[in-house]
Amino acid sequence: MLEIRDLDAAYGDIRVLTGVTLSVGPGEIVALLGPNGAGKSTLLNSIAGLLRPRAGAVRFEGEDLGRLHAHLIVDRGVALVPEGRRLFGGMSVEDNLELGAFAARARPTRAAGFERVYALFPDLRDRRRQLVRALSGGQQQMVAVGRALMTNPKLLMLDEPSLGIAPRLVRSIMESLAEINRGGVAVFLVEQNVQAALGLAHRAYVLESGRIALQGGAAELLSDPHVRRAYLGPLAVRP
Amino acid sequence: MSVLAQQLVLGLLIGGLYGLAAAGLSLVFGVMKVLDVAHGELIMLGGYMAFFVVALVGLDPFVSLLVVIPLSLLLGLALYWGLFGFVVRADEETRVKNSLLIGFGLALALHALAVLLWTADERSIITPYGGTVLSVGDLSIPVVRLVSLGVAFALIGGLHLLLARWRWGKAIRATAEDWQAALLTGIDVRRAYLLAFAIGTGLAGAAGTLVTVGYSVSPSIGLEWTLKALIVVVLAGLGSMIGTFVGGLLLGVAEAASAAAFGGPYREVVGLVIFVIVLVVRPRGLFGR
Repeated sequence: MLEIRDLDAAYGDIRVLTGVTLSVGPGEIVALLGPNGAGKSTLLNSIAGLLRPRAGAVRFEGEDLGRLHAHLIVDRGVALVPEGRRLFGGMSVEDNLELGAFAARARPTRAAGFERVYALFPDLRDRRRQLVRALSGGQQQMVAVGRALMTNPKLLMLDEPSLGIAPRLVRSIMESLAEINRGGVAVFLVEQNVQAALGLAHRAYVLESGRIALQGGAAELLSDPHVRRAYLGPLAVRP
Repeated sequence: MSVLAQQLVLGLLIGGLYGLAAAGLSLVFGVMKVLDVAHGELIMLGGYMAFFVVALVGLDPFVSLLVVIPLSLLLGLALYWGLFGFVVRADEETRVKNSLLIGFGLALALHALAVLLWTADERSIITPYGGTVLSVGDLSIPVVRLVSLGVAFALIGGLHLLLARWRWGKAIRATAEDWQAALLTGIDVRRAYLLAFAIGTGLAGAAGTLVTVGYSVSPSIGLEWTLKALIVVVLAGLGSMIGTFVGGLLLGVAEAASAAAFGGPYREVVGLVIFVIVLVVRPRGLFGR
């Protein structure tokens, strides 16, 4: 479904990604791991069209996304929950969600989208008239996921959804991602919380210094000595 | 005492126009991060449009808004496609610089064009009810200016509703808050820019009409109105149209008060003093987010 081949990306003169090749299949949950500065967010931004690839191809269902404006990529069914959530803080929960249904593909499913989001995050239904900036971090993350879900995506990408929210809520967010995936949406997840990410994902890639260093099944990576040493720490318990 | 009260009332009446003039500038700056220093010239053009619609077609000046606003919207579309659409392709820092250059150039060009077409004479729209004055106690309130204040308020209220309820209104607000996040929800932010600029120009046209009815228009009024609008935008802050309107009223009253206290010449100084104080004490403005 998502096919990335030999992708190079850069901010100005600073090269961030070199020859990244990866894929996400229909119905899959794929995690992208790696240290800070490895280029994980850059990769997601390149797929979403916020950054133009320098070289290589990003294809979604056979179409070259590198030529599309970001708002049209959303319209093809690729949604991104960006790092730091990037919600419209001065607007209500409901307005944020409604804006998620702005693209042409999402407008017919708007009403169903609201039901889907409120079923997934019942808290939001009660708070739908509140301003987003008055919500807690965890609730804001729910709005961010909900807003992306409103675009009626085939592929949902998330950039560090666990960042800055309470551990109890991290699990609940991960559970909701599994739930979304059971509804037929492929998930591409960037996470620092390796344990949580590999607990959820089917497959994972490890990105280091802009290159794919390692890839494999989630269970396989969890027991990989390099992954354990670098991302789970010396005290990590063997599963 | 009644002289002061009279001054304050007149200040309030012109303050509504300051608010209307600032609303367009605020919208364009807030959404596009582009400072259109030719905004005053757009107001001037709106004034001439109204003048000729009234003179040639014989419409009532307030009714002429129904012609001037659509014409100004079209002018806004043309200016966006021809000029400002190129500016928004740059990153945000470059945008402000480039827009200043383009704005100054446009202001000079429009000013020269207006002198060429219509001479440097001051013109005003004369209406049969132009001299009518409403007396409230000791106060005399010019009816035309009172109606203008009402129209300005109605336009700002309409704009507020547009931004709050209309699909693209919400998209414009979303773009103003975070254009990348807006892209990620599927909003074509270039179109949001286009709409914001067109609406901003439409508001300038409306302001120009009211200026020409209540006061007068000449090719050189642009700079003065750009300055007033800028002061109000800084005073009120970005993000609330109602706040901008209130900011306009405040500036009008403050000008009147200082003119009454220190004499007419100080009218222009008070705005600049407010400008500096707000920038130092509360840079996001009174009502800004």
